[in-house]
Amino acid sequence: MIKRINAPITEETIQTLKAGDTVLLSGVVYTARDAAHKRMCQALESGQKLPFSLEGAVIYYVGPTPAKPGQVIGSAGPTTSGRMDAYAPKLIERGLKGMIGKGQRAKEVIDAMVAHGAVYFAATGGAGALLASRITRCELVAWEDLGTEAVRKLEVVDFPLTVVIDREGTNLYDMAARDYQE
Amino acid sequence: MRTIDTDRIARAVATLCVKANTDLNQDTEMALRRAKGHERSPVGIEILDQLLENAQIARNSAMPICQDTGLAVVFCEIGQDVHIQGGALEDAINQGVAKGYTEGYLRSSVVKDPLDRINTKNNTPAIIHYTIVPGDSLKITVAPKGIGSENMSRLYMCKPSQGLQGIEDAVIETVKLAGSNACPPLVIGVGVGGNFEKVACLAKQALLRPVGEYSRDEKWADIERALLKKVNRLGIGPQGFGGSTTALWLAVETYPTHIGGMPVAVNINCHVARHESITL
Repeated sequence: MIKRINAPITEETIQTLKAGDTVLLSGVVYTARDAAHKRMCQALESGQKLPFSLEGAVIYYVGPTPAKPGQVIGSAGPTTSGRMDAYAPKLIERGLKGMIGKGQRAKEVIDAMVAHGAVYFAATGGAGALLASRITRCELVAWEDLGTEAVRKLEVVDFPLTVVIDREGTNLYDMAARDYQE
Repeated sequence: MRTIDTDRIARAVATLCVKANTDLNQDTEMALRRAKGHERSPVGIEILDQLLENAQIARNSAMPICQDTGLAVVFCEIGQDVHIQGGALEDAINQGVAKGYTEGYLRSSVVKDPLDRINTKNNTPAIIHYTIVPGDSLKITVAPKGIGSENMSRLYMCKPSQGLQGIEDAVIETVKLAGSNACPPLVIGVGVGGNFEKVACLAKQALLRPVGEYSRDEKWADIERALLKKVNRLGIGPQGFGGSTTALWLAVETYPTHIGGMPVAVNINCHVARHESITL
């Protein structure tokens, strides 16, 4: 069964999500990858304000291709989440509720997710053109100098995701291969 | 002696960059369709469907198949009877990459210094491999390579005593460690032999071979079949969600090596194993 959920995400919604669930997400997500995460964490350390509120927020690890005239956004699939592991726990502690990417997460990230309540989704890596078709708005929020790595506010409609790590820390990647190993 | 103008080379490279990034190779698309027929996981089938739909959208709207439009890897086979006129060949290739990536709305993913990390804003410089061959033509292949899968690639300096088992262990360990990070279903290039730098190039070149075209050497073709089968028994599946399609394809390229060594390199690619060629 496909669940429909909205972003920003509430604790109540998070509690209904289990590793392996297929969901369609609608609402607001913020883009950030390596360089933006580094800047966000530097901002937090020096007591500066972040470009967006982390409360209930969902971050999409993506660096899109430039939009052509008339397009909302270019190709926009997920990048490897593991590179954000060094920064993610600090953001989860401050209210981040959802992360969209692909690939494994570090134990520190999963521990923070369980302690503070957050969920990790995967979008299909290599389906950037398909995923772009579910993004209806794209607005630059901060750090334009970072180019593709700038922070953007996206509005998504029925964005297809899989819950990989749920609020309890159950990890789809750890279980999935067992059923199909020969 | 034949003369080829650098302007023509730059234009050709620009066209190849755009084509490779927006038009999924037919052989890969066919492999995705075949995999759907064998896939046992319902979620796996759904992912393969998404990748096929994605390829259609990308082709129809000339949108990149993947947002990581890669480092531009360029192979140049230069006929020894060719004279290149109008400037440096390397400059022409980089001008072509800059034109293709900026005018083609591809992503600029190159930083000038590995530590300072300032984006060069036009995806240059390319990574260029030159070979001198007989004849009077110039063959250019552009193979944009994404970093998600490149980061999961590995190189092993095996001992000769490890033999075929050493190759198998290297491939299986690399694929297991790559897991979901490299966006399976994968295309896997394996290099065996040569030395430290040669084996990495062999693995990269193996990624250029059309999906479905086994080695012309029967022994190595059998090894390719066996390795692909073993990889697909791991159960990692499309996107690492479990399933029987962990890899679409695996190719091995070999080269003579030293009496005391057996280098093995495993270059991981996602299904977007892009490469386009032109002969000028």
